[in-house]
Amino acid sequence: MIAILDYGSGNLRSAQRAFEISSSEVVVTSDPKICIEADGLVVPGVGAFAACMAQLASVGGKEIISSRIEKERAVFGICVGMQVLFEESDEKKMCSGLGILAGNVSEVRAPILPHMGWNTVKPSPESNLFRGIEEESFYFVHSYAAKKFVSGALNTTTFYGEEFLSAIERGYVVATQFHPEKSGAAGAKLIANWVSSL
Amino acid sequence: MTLAKRIIPCLDVANGRVVKGTNFKDLVDSGDPVELAKKYDFQGADELTFLDISASSEERETTIEIVRMAAEQIFIPLTVGGGIRNIDNVNELLRAGADKISVNTAAILRPELLNEISDRFGNQVLVLSVDARRAPTKSGFEVTTHGGRQSSGLDVLTWVTEAISRGVGEILLNSMDADGTKAGFDLEMIRAVREISKVPVIASGGAGAISDFADAISAGADAVLAASVFHFGQFSVQDVKKDLAKRGFSIRL
Repeated sequence: MIAILDYGSGNLRSAQRAFEISSSEVVVTSDPKICIEADGLVVPGVGAFAACMAQLASVGGKEIISSRIEKERAVFGICVGMQVLFEESDEKKMCSGLGILAGNVSEVRAPILPHMGWNTVKPSPESNLFRGIEEESFYFVHSYAAKKFVSGALNTTTFYGEEFLSAIERGYVVATQFHPEKSGAAGAKLIANWVSSL
Repeated sequence: MTLAKRIIPCLDVANGRVVKGTNFKDLVDSGDPVELAKKYDFQGADELTFLDISASSEERETTIEIVRMAAEQIFIPLTVGGGIRNIDNVNELLRAGADKISVNTAAILRPELLNEISDRFGNQVLVLSVDARRAPTKSGFEVTTHGGRQSSGLDVLTWVTEAISRGVGEILLNSMDADGTKAGFDLEMIRAVREISKVPVIASGGAGAISDFADAISAGADAVLAASVFHFGQFSVQDVKKDLAKRGFSIRL
C-alpha cells in the first residue's frame, strides 16, 4: 500500500491516479499510523517552502517522516516535498527543513523563473528510478532547488541557467524536483520503477 | 538539452462541451472536452488549458466535473481559466485536479486577488491571462475586458509588470486583434512583453499555419497556445512539434 501524505498541498488527485497505475492500493491521508505503516510514503509539495513546512508540522509530518526514516521505510518526496528533506531554504526568509539530506535549497540562477516545463535529466548510471527512461523529459515547475551533490547518494542533475539536483536516490529516501505524476508516460515509468523497488 | 518550448492546446468549454468561434462570437460546438484532452495528450501536448466561457453558475459546475474527469485520465499539467473570482474558486479547481489557474478580469477589478492566490498556493499555480489589443497607449498595447470588446484603460506592459510583482508565475498573452483570424501571432506584442517579463510568456491568438508557431517562439514566447487549428484537425500538435524540432528548437518529442 502507498500513502500520499495529505497536508493541504494542491492537486493530490492526479498524484493518486498516477500512482494507482502501478499500485493497487493508494490512499491520500494524513493519518500517522497509515502513513508510517505504508509500504511507501509519497510527500508531495507545492507552494512556498516555509508554508509547506508549516503545513507539514500541522499534521505531524515531521514525526511521520522521521519515524519512517528510522524504520528504513521508503519515502518519495516530490517538488517542494524533495526540498523539505534538505537542511534549509532561503526562499523568502531562511527556514529550516527536515535535515534528512545534507545541503540547502536556494534560488535557481536563471533569467526566467519559475523553471516551468519539460526538461531532460542526467541520471547516475546506477539509478534505479530512471531505468529505461534515461533520455526522457520530465515536467518541472519551481524556482528553488538543491544544487550541491549529496554524498553517499545517487545524484541526478538538470540544467536550467545552472546545474541543480533534479533527483536523489539514497537507499529508501528518493526524491524528484520535477513532477513524475505530471510527466506523462515517462513519469508513469519512473513511478513504476519506484513501486517495484518497495 | 535545455528547457523545451511548450505547445498547449486550449479547449474553450461551455456547458460541458468544447466550443470555439472567431473573436469569441459565432460559437461552434467542436467536441467532448475529455475526449479531446486525451487526444491531445496522445499527440504530445505539453500541457492543456481549459478556458471556461460559461455564462451561468450551473454551467460552471459542469466545468469542475470536466476538470475532475480529465485529471483522472491525463498526466500532463492542466490549467483552468475563466470566471475565477476568489480563493474559493481556485481551491475548488485545484482540488478537482487543476495544476494551474488563470485569472483575467477579476484581477483587473481587484489586483489584490493576485497576491491572495500567490500567497496561499504559490506563484507556480497562478497564470495571468491578458486579452490585449493594439491601441494608442504608452506601449501601443492595451488590456481589454469582455472578450476584447471593452478597454480597461490599462497599458499591457504596466499591467504585466504590476501582476508579476503581485506574484503571477506566468503570462498568457492573447492578442484580441489576431484571435480567430488565423493570420499569425502578433509578434511585436510578444517581443514587447518578453522583454519586460521575468516569468514565462505563453503566446496566444492567431495561429493559422504551422510556421506561425516558430515565429512566435523566435519572438520570445516560452510556450504557444492554440485552439481551433487543433480542434478542426488542420494540423496536429505532433505536426507542430516536428516542424519546430526540425528548425532546431528545443522540443519534447
